[in-house]
Amino acid sequence: MIPELGHFALILALVLSLVQAIVPLVGARRNSMALMAVGRPAAQGQFFFIVFSYVCLTWAFVTSDFSVQLAASNSHSATPIMYKITGVWGNHEGSLLLWAMSLSLWTVAVTVFSRHLPDAFLARVLGVLGMVSAGFISFTLVTSNPFERLLPAVADGRDLNPLLQDPGMIIHPPLLYMGYVGFSVAFAFAIAALMSGRLDAAWARWSRPWTTVAWVFLTAGIAVGSGWAYYELGWGGWWFWDPVENASFMPWLLGTALIHSLAVTEKRGAFRSWTVLLAIGAFSLSLLGTFLVRSGVITSVHAFATDPKRGLYILALLVIVIGFSLLLYALRAPRLAGGGSFSFVSRETSLLGNNVLLTVASASVLLGTLYPLFLDALNLGKISVGPPYFEAVFVPLMTPVVVLMMFGPFLRWKDDDLVAAARKVAPAFIASALIGFAVAWAVDHVTWRTVLGLFLAAWVVLASIQLLVGRLKERAGASAGSRLRSITASWWGMWLAHLGVGVFIIGVTLVGSLDQNLDVKMKEGQRAELAGYTFLFRGAVDADGPNYDAARGIIELSRDGRVLDTLTPEKRLYRAQGMPMTEASLDIGVFRDVYVSLGEQLPDGAWIVSLYYKPFISWIWMGCVLMGLGGLCAAADRRYRRLAAREAAAGAGQRVAASA
Amino acid sequence: MKAKFLVPLLLFFGLAGFLAFGLTLNPREVPSPLIDKPAPDFTLARLDEPAQTFSLKEMQGEVWLLNVWASWCVACREEHPLLVRMAEQKIVPVVGLNYKEVRGDGAINARGMAIEAETDMAIERARRWLRDHGNPYLLSVLDIDGRVGIDFGVYGVPETFLIDRSGRIRYKHIGPITPDALQNVLIPKIEELRRAG
Amino acid sequence: MPGDTLSAVLRRAALVGGAVAAVLLAGPVRAESTAPASTPALAPALAADPELEADAMELSHKLRCLVCQNQSIAESNAPLAVDLRNQVREQLAAGKSKDDVVDYLVERYGDFVLYEPPFKAVTVLLWLGPAALLLGGAGWLAFRLRRRRDEVAAEPSLSAADRARARALLESAAGNAQSESPESRS
Repeated sequence: MIPELGHFALILALVLSLVQAIVPLVGARRNSMALMAVGRPAAQGQFFFIVFSYVCLTWAFVTSDFSVQLAASNSHSATPIMYKITGVWGNHEGSLLLWAMSLSLWTVAVTVFSRHLPDAFLARVLGVLGMVSAGFISFTLVTSNPFERLLPAVADGRDLNPLLQDPGMIIHPPLLYMGYVGFSVAFAFAIAALMSGRLDAAWARWSRPWTTVAWVFLTAGIAVGSGWAYYELGWGGWWFWDPVENASFMPWLLGTALIHSLAVTEKRGAFRSWTVLLAIGAFSLSLLGTFLVRSGVITSVHAFATDPKRGLYILALLVIVIGFSLLLYALRAPRLAGGGSFSFVSRETSLLGNNVLLTVASASVLLGTLYPLFLDALNLGKISVGPPYFEAVFVPLMTPVVVLMMFGPFLRWKDDDLVAAARKVAPAFIASALIGFAVAWAVDHVTWRTVLGLFLAAWVVLASIQLLVGRLKERAGASAGSRLRSITASWWGMWLAHLGVGVFIIGVTLVGSLDQNLDVKMKEGQRAELAGYTFLFRGAVDADGPNYDAARGIIELSRDGRVLDTLTPEKRLYRAQGMPMTEASLDIGVFRDVYVSLGEQLPDGAWIVSLYYKPFISWIWMGCVLMGLGGLCAAADRRYRRLAAREAAAGAGQRVAASA
Repeated sequence: MKAKFLVPLLLFFGLAGFLAFGLTLNPREVPSPLIDKPAPDFTLARLDEPAQTFSLKEMQGEVWLLNVWASWCVACREEHPLLVRMAEQKIVPVVGLNYKEVRGDGAINARGMAIEAETDMAIERARRWLRDHGNPYLLSVLDIDGRVGIDFGVYGVPETFLIDRSGRIRYKHIGPITPDALQNVLIPKIEELRRAG
Repeated sequence: MPGDTLSAVLRRAALVGGAVAAVLLAGPVRAESTAPASTPALAPALAADPELEADAMELSHKLRCLVCQNQSIAESNAPLAVDLRNQVREQLAAGKSKDDVVDYLVERYGDFVLYEPPFKAVTVLLWLGPAALLLGGAGWLAFRLRRRRDEVAAEPSLSAADRARARALLESAAGNAQSESPESRS
């Protein structure tokens, strides 16, 4: 009964999404307040029914109702309760429902936080979001109904894929989807603005916090996913250039470009058509990512059961949404010329340069991801494009991005003098190059990659310090506290996020250059040495869990005779699927991780144990955290609220005038 | 309307066309680079007479199939009745390559097993399977460690190679042979190769 | 990376510290080897030859597992991946070069096994695409900026030179105080 209620609620949500898609748009066209006002309750009602539907599905998982096909395939009565709940999105149908729920949540957020928006504009935004939502809910209902019954019910389920039974997987998909889907708001704002022909600084200002928050979610989602791969896949890799990872990385790159482009559009009125195109592009890449993952055109470890009907449906959705947007763009963008003028050497130029680089990087990832498909479609053979390609392409593209990233903030808006600016940054730039060489030499790893990485990282850190000092000097005479307070949240946001990039580069470079690994055959009482650490194997014990059997190795980690930690890597066999899993054990530190995973037991009783020393790897995620914090700071800038209040007041005035 | 603003739309339509075409392709199928190349030579023990060996030379002048199989392979069971029917109708001689009979079976821990013991076990298992399901093969050979499989670029079982009179691989079928694939692909190709001499 | 540990690294980094030039003459400082105080027996390495193993694994990371599709044969534990890994190891041990091993696998499985696609006619667009995109982007940028500059020049306002002079005057008036405030000039 409950699954049927959930199904019914989803159908109601579809009806409401159609209402939300059509009525407010008609209202905006006819200038009818009554019709436009329908958008808000329709969006909120839709959210209610989707959540209700989602809860019903979760109920089937939690109560192990294996007459529901999805629960039978992705849950098991012995699965821990946490993974029963997360199992809901560990599959195609459930993850689509999560997608729809995220979209609905964003829409509701728009209805709540955008009271200051002009009515017609909000109506159009809600209409666009409603269309996307209707597309996805109907996709779920028509091709991938999560409430499908399985009659007769099976005695027990097949369990959730053990790879997904991990704390990282509890938060990774919701964060990632909130990020992916969050770009729909920027997209809807852009389309609404194109429809109304009003693409001005106000539009950019409205879009900015939404875009930034979505970007923060996406950053966090990608970082958590990478962290999950790092410890769950058992050998310490953290990024694989897998098509599914690329699918989340492309919108991130374009979203990053969008954030910066919006800043220019808001402050200087420039780049307007470009910003609109980026807003459309970022969301299009999110949709494309969903297509790649869900259609099975590119196989991947992540790809779940796929069928061509689904692929076709979602492709049709893609063509309608993106095709319509780009057509609208082609029709309306030519009117968008103008904006504040700026010269060759200006902050605008540096931002535009970085925008181009990020877009090229994103396009290159797309090219590498889809190239095998192109060749196959043209019957020119099958190839694989993997990490060596992406690394070869990516480093040269990102290096100028980082250099410009720290040079741009030293430039003035509109016009600056290249020589003067160069003189400002030269000392830090030269010092960074020296530091890059010196540190690479000190760690005895002078390769061009290490030197380059360290140089860039040093450049980011030094230039950040220089920027902050310069900023604090601005108000000579004021007290330190008031000087700090005078800095806006959005400036701090930029500063933190850019510094985060530096921290990230340090992690990537050092772990790439200096990590060490040793595979040993260990018997009880034996030790192994790696990177100055001693690993003493104290034997293996049984450590069966609720839905798996496991052997747990007990390994004492010490250094210079001092015991640091006891590591407990596990080798698990998940009963329902008969799937073996390695559960690595880590001693996490600021400057290094020690990572141990347990392999097979050999006939002579020894265990294969893989030992890894990963210097500075946590800096990768610390960098992501700083970027995310930076985004939050920027989104929380008081300016938006102040302007919002002012605009709300002005809007209220207009409304009074209109109704009078 | 300026044409340059249409560029993103056109690019997207091109992309969508490829994606639509991509939906019709099977990403799991990897074509073999060995097509039209001489089949890699091998000498392996025969399943029926383990003391004797078989090598490619013995099939010189024939158009024949090399079918990769194993008793643990579920899809082989699906394909087998068709092979048996083909043998009854004497469509084409089929040589079986029994692939990793013991160590390929996930249910058996073959680690540390002596090669003789493994071979004995493989013979016993393979013979029993052929007794139970019928033996459509001219003969089968034992690829205990899967080395010959690697030479043929085998990446899943079953796979079937069509080899011509001069010993060249002309076609590779991946996965179980379906009646449709037999009628519309394999038989026409076999007849063509026979006509070609 | 012979026997580097973090503290050794930091020690060396400290050495480098202020006197980069002086130390440069001295040549790289080697890591001090710390003798283990513990008595338990040393566990044998899995690989008989660790250097060979490192080479084999490095190569394996660049080869795609055909069964698992999006994993390298180094990461996967699928039977075929294990077989191919063993092949790589054996052939390297037999003295073959990495290129030989790659050729061996490509002959049998095709370019599909290579995570780094070879440069040939059908992959020209793949390998040159990013560079072409970059050139296109840079060209577009230059075009846009030139047009912008023309617009700026066409403006009846101050010329760039005038503005620079005005700014110089302002700056000299304000002493050395930084007049630039990056975000606040909205």
